[in-house]
Amino acid sequence: MIELQEVRKVFHAGRPNEQVAVAGVSLTLEAGKLTVFRGPSGSGKTTLLSLIGCMARPTSGRIFLKGREITSLPVRFLTDLRRRTFGFIFQQFHLLAGVSVLENVMLPAYPLGEKYRHLRARALGWLERLGLLSKAGAKAEWLSGGEAQRVAIARALINDPDILIADEPTAHLDTRLSREFMALMADFRAAGTTILIASHDPLVHEAPAVDRVVDLRDGRLLTPEAPG
Amino acid sequence: MRKSTLFFTFLAAAVLALGLVLAEARVRMRGELPHLRQEVRVVQTLGLTDLCLATEARHTRHPSQADWHSAFQSHPGALDHFPSGSVLLPPERVLKGYGAPLR
Amino acid sequence: MGPLFAKQRYLLDFALSCLWRRRGKNLALLTVYTLVVFAVASVMFFTQALKREAALVLGATPELLVQKLTLGRHDLIPADYTHRIREIRGVGQVTGRLWGYYYDPQVRANYTVLAPQGVEVPERTVLVGAGIARVRHLTRGATLTFQGYDGKPYSFQVRGVLSPESELLSADLILMSAADLRRLFGLPEGLYTDLTVAVANPREVSTVAAKIQELYPDTRPIVREEIRRTYEAAFDWRAGILLAVLSGALLAFLIFAWDKAAGLSAEERREIGLLKALGWDTAEVLQLKFWEGAVVSLTAFFLGTVGACLHVFVAPAPLFAPVIKGWSILYPRFRLTPFISLFDLGILFFFTVVPYTVATIVPVWRAASMDPDQVMRS
Ligand SMILES: Nc1ncnc2c1ncn2[C@@H]1O[C@H](COP(=O)(O)OP(=O)(O)OP(=O)(O)O)[C@@H](O)[C@H]1O
Ligand SMILES: [Mg+2]
Repeated sequence: MIELQEVRKVFHAGRPNEQVAVAGVSLTLEAGKLTVFRGPSGSGKTTLLSLIGCMARPTSGRIFLKGREITSLPVRFLTDLRRRTFGFIFQQFHLLAGVSVLENVMLPAYPLGEKYRHLRARALGWLERLGLLSKAGAKAEWLSGGEAQRVAIARALINDPDILIADEPTAHLDTRLSREFMALMADFRAAGTTILIASHDPLVHEAPAVDRVVDLRDGRLLTPEAPG
Repeated sequence: MRKSTLFFTFLAAAVLALGLVLAEARVRMRGELPHLRQEVRVVQTLGLTDLCLATEARHTRHPSQADWHSAFQSHPGALDHFPSGSVLLPPERVLKGYGAPLR
Repeated sequence: MGPLFAKQRYLLDFALSCLWRRRGKNLALLTVYTLVVFAVASVMFFTQALKREAALVLGATPELLVQKLTLGRHDLIPADYTHRIREIRGVGQVTGRLWGYYYDPQVRANYTVLAPQGVEVPERTVLVGAGIARVRHLTRGATLTFQGYDGKPYSFQVRGVLSPESELLSADLILMSAADLRRLFGLPEGLYTDLTVAVANPREVSTVAAKIQELYPDTRPIVREEIRRTYEAAFDWRAGILLAVLSGALLAFLIFAWDKAAGLSAEERREIGLLKALGWDTAEVLQLKFWEGAVVSLTAFFLGTVGACLHVFVAPAPLFAPVIKGWSILYPRFRLTPFISLFDLGILFFFTVVPYTVATIVPVWRAASMDPDQVMRS
């Protein structure tokens, strides 16, 4: 369902500080699977995820999503695609401080202009499932690390995405919370969500729900996929 | 309650308040009409041409004066210092020197 | 409720949350902003009301005033000037006015002494304006003594006090008979202070004025319009002074707003990036900022204008009246008739709400159009 063809991403191209973050990656990712990207720091994991997630455009190469080429789509379509198709969980969680948990969760849905009652019910539903209902009115900065991440997960899920992208999701969690996180991902995978995780945490790679581990080094796949 | 609801409520209240203040002003303006008519009558019977604002300053009390040369005079006893003179009182010294009080 | 409205309402919700998040700073800004609007609106309402009332009242004055000039200064005008002026076509009544200033050293105030045509004042008596009655504690029957041109005291009995209703016109007036006035000031018969000339057709006023000037080159006909314009200029001047004084506050506000709007902090930048990463469009981020600006400026506008209305028309402008009306010993006490034009309000609205809102949006533009992937690495 996600296909990358010779995708390259070069920062500061043509300047002395030119940086090749992704150096020609061809990859096919199946729908409904949990894929983990593994690699040393600077190997291009984050960059690759941001390319797949329509947050940035590749310098060259093409990306197909459900058979549709997305690399050449205008910005408006990319934005729309991003908010309807992807849910993001960032390494730093990136919750807005000073704003309630509930609002943080509903944030990605605002531009869609859905009925307030429905959106709120859905957000509260997710918070309940993640055991955070009592925190709905709390300010985001009062949360513990584990709670903050679950809020970030609820936020990622608010638009019912097909694909969940998580960048180093366990970096700020202890072993127990990391396991809980992977267990949650397993649930979502079981429900049919495609999950992409970048991580160098063994706890993540070794989780039972992981379908595939893709190794990256210096912006390339360690073992290139056989074409076809 | 949603914050937007609160804001809309505030906005509605503010518009209403402004409306009320304006309406009140209108009503009061209507109410002042007899007073204005009286003023007009005074102007007509006495043959006035000026308002009585700052009586010491000719540029406010009697702008109808032909000699515009001293239109900016601020006080009979003061040097002209318009526009500051229309805000500040002339110094005591100046006032003292101008005319001895009647006994 | 369509999705477009629902969306804008969400954005408004969130804008309010964002404002509330930095409430210390935003409330301070709102306070300063409201004060600025309040001050500007107060000055505007006050000046407008004064100008309108002046125009309305002065509309009843004679169309033309004729004064004689000697050496470029006002001089007394001979009574026989009236005859030839009356013969000019289009001229109605021509009246000689007898009036002058009297400086009262006791209270250090200027009076306007007038021998009215339309009111009969018996000799040795005067009618006094309510302002004079106030500062000199005069009532009916009291005695008022003036120092005549010859240094001798002239006493008058106060026959009455002019109605306080017309204080805007009559606070400093002393009405006496023509004979008394001539005696007090040593004015010979056959001379007047100036002449008023009624012209029935307003379009003929300037022609008549030109003819008078031709007839008597030593006179200066003053058209009613000029007087009105002089008042307007004086009021505008005063409003201008006030606004200049207030420009300090205005400047403080601008700096404040600039700091808030243009100095987009790293944190705000990061948050905008986050919104974009979460699937917000550049346009939606700008709309959010639009709402933030609109909420602040609308609130300031309404609070400021309503406050100004109350200040000017309910609490007779205690803060600014002295400057706009001018200081005076014989302060006329008058109620300002509340003329508020919707056009003025519209202008005020435009100039308070629009620039601030734009100022909040513009600096966000660049931040809002950045690539959302920045968020992934911070
Ligand atoms: N905006 C940018 N400008 C310049 N260089 C960049 C930019 N973004 C990423 N890079 C570079 O691209 C390379 C890949 O970065 P990326 O963040 O994708 O690595 P990563 O595998 O996620 O590393 P980590 O495990 O530390 O998160 C790095 O060398 C980084 O310095
Ligand atoms: Mg990374």
